[in-house]
Amino acid sequence: MSTVVSEPHVGDALSVVQAGRRRRRRRWALVTGILALTVVAAFAVSLMFGQTFYTPAEVWGVLTGHRVSGASFTVGELRLPRAVTALLTGLCFGMGGVVFQSMLRNALASPDVIGINTGASAAAVFGIVVLGLGETEVSVMAMAAALAVALSIYLLAYRKGGSGPRLILIGIGVAAMCQAVVSYVISRAAEWDLPAAMRWITGNLNDATWDRALPVAGAVIVLGPLLLSLAGRLEILRMGDETAAAVGLPVERSRLLLIVAAVGLLAFGTAAAGPIAFVSFLAGPIAVRLLGPVGSPILPAGLVGALLVLVADFCAQYAFGTRLPVGVITGVLGAPYLVYLLVRSSRSGGTTL
Amino acid sequence: MLWVALFVLALAVVAVLSVTFGARDVAPADIWAGLTGSTDTTSAAAVSKRVPRTILAMLVGAALAVAGAVLQGATRNPLADPQILGINGGAALAIVTGIAFFGLNSASGYIWVGMIGAAGAALFVYAVGSLGRGGPTPLRLALAGAVSAVAFSSLLSAILLPRINVMSVFRFWQVGGVGGATPETILQVLPFLLVGLVVCLASASSLNTLALGDELAAGLGARVRTARVTASAGAVILCGAATAVAGPIGFVGLVVPHICRLLVGVDHRWLLPVSAAGGAILLTVSDIVGRIIARPEEIEVGIVTALIGAPFFIALVRRQRMRAV
Repeated sequence: MSTVVSEPHVGDALSVVQAGRRRRRRRWALVTGILALTVVAAFAVSLMFGQTFYTPAEVWGVLTGHRVSGASFTVGELRLPRAVTALLTGLCFGMGGVVFQSMLRNALASPDVIGINTGASAAAVFGIVVLGLGETEVSVMAMAAALAVALSIYLLAYRKGGSGPRLILIGIGVAAMCQAVVSYVISRAAEWDLPAAMRWITGNLNDATWDRALPVAGAVIVLGPLLLSLAGRLEILRMGDETAAAVGLPVERSRLLLIVAAVGLLAFGTAAAGPIAFVSFLAGPIAVRLLGPVGSPILPAGLVGALLVLVADFCAQYAFGTRLPVGVITGVLGAPYLVYLLVRSSRSGGTTL
Repeated sequence: MLWVALFVLALAVVAVLSVTFGARDVAPADIWAGLTGSTDTTSAAAVSKRVPRTILAMLVGAALAVAGAVLQGATRNPLADPQILGINGGAALAIVTGIAFFGLNSASGYIWVGMIGAAGAALFVYAVGSLGRGGPTPLRLALAGAVSAVAFSSLLSAILLPRINVMSVFRFWQVGGVGGATPETILQVLPFLLVGLVVCLASASSLNTLALGDELAAGLGARVRTARVTASAGAVILCGAATAVAGPIGFVGLVVPHICRLLVGVDHRWLLPVSAAGGAILLTVSDIVGRIIARPEEIEVGIVTALIGAPFFIALVRRQRMRAV
């Protein structure tokens, strides 16, 4: 009897669920598509505008390999590597950051707060000032240091299973230690090393070159898809360790895999442009706010990160007379956002992502 | 009582060591010559430079340790420390703003502005950390402090980078050190430290009441909010003044009160004076270590305390039951 009655109900529920799923997928695709278009537009704008304006046709000519007088150098050699580096590092910081924020279920727990970027900076500054290393070696060192820092935070926080809050606090302690190293080395730096070393404090695209853009491009191509393929596991981890284990997810292994992929992206991004402050901190929550509770925020967060870096770098170059490093703009943006988080958390409680 | 005597003795020993060791070690006879004002030999001259340095290290160490103990008591937060909570960063930002925009150049000006910055940062971080459900947990305060510190330092670089002259002053100030101490700087900062110290010591017994929890403290007739604000104000005066003369020095305020609490218990009337002595000892020892570890160069005391203190912070976090946090 009951089966007969509930049969149409099941059909109804199924169609409702399917419709909801379709609606959410459409919304995710819509938001991501719009973000991608905006990023492309910002990229194009940063190629066209500057001290001199070049028409889209001229820029396109340069991009397709033709010789355009004037534009070939300005756009091809100066603006293009810079814009590409901005785009790629933004992707890295956004994607890597949202993984940490989602996993630790705290919008404040972004990698720039818990010491991973600081670890990379400390190694890089040390490499430049003390060891006098070149670009590639410095990047490799920054990467190794970021991985080492992430791993040691993870191991220090691991006691009969990791704990989110403990990981965050230990990260803050490690960040303070790395910061001490950075301060010390900077105070010892010779005047001529100072500009290069300062890049590792605030994040700077002023001397972006193709050499430096290539490793980060490789990282995005390899680690980006890997991270996207882990997006489903991240969504389950967000529900809490107990729930994730209950639905059959290997919790610690998934977490380690996610951390390694995210740290790899962050480290390559940091090696290319320095620790651009707060891109991770801002990108994840903005993406989540735009999406609503639909789908994985990894790709949208990456796009928001790219957009942030492109726009902030454009403003930093042309809006203030002197060419400021991009990290200063994004870092200053972080302060009002923190206030916004505060206002919002007083209504809904907590600072969950 | 025993601990107090031991601490005083240790303080005296450390003072002698601090005058003796450095880029050039000096003989006892030269110490005496230096103390009596002679600068004839190089060693005696070194001594007359090291005496103010030692005194300043002790004052700053005592101030930071007492500030840490008071902040930990007032917020009932074991992880409270001027560095972790971003208070040092706020003081730094205020001082740099003063130098760059308002032509600030006197030591007493640094102190006032540093104190305003420290107070502003403390209020901001506490507000960020305490709104929302659950109130100001140690985790939230630490996160709010870390995020604010990054925001402050970005604002700071935005101010600094176009101004090379301010930057060259600042990059030596920001590492935190007592090497530049002169009798004049000590006399300028001393009144502020004394006021802060008196305020903190006077609130010792109300901190004891606060430790019982807000409801019980109010039930016992304590003015909870007044007590908390007064004690924190004392701590902020100490932090701001210490940061203004010696740069941001972290973790002294975290490490010392915890160790002293193990030694003398949780009564703030004992804890605060013992922390003061302990902070003076720790900072002076860190300064000595920084002087002899990389001879003939020096490592600033702020670096040494961070390298000692951060692992301590991590150990503290590991020991805590995170559910309680």
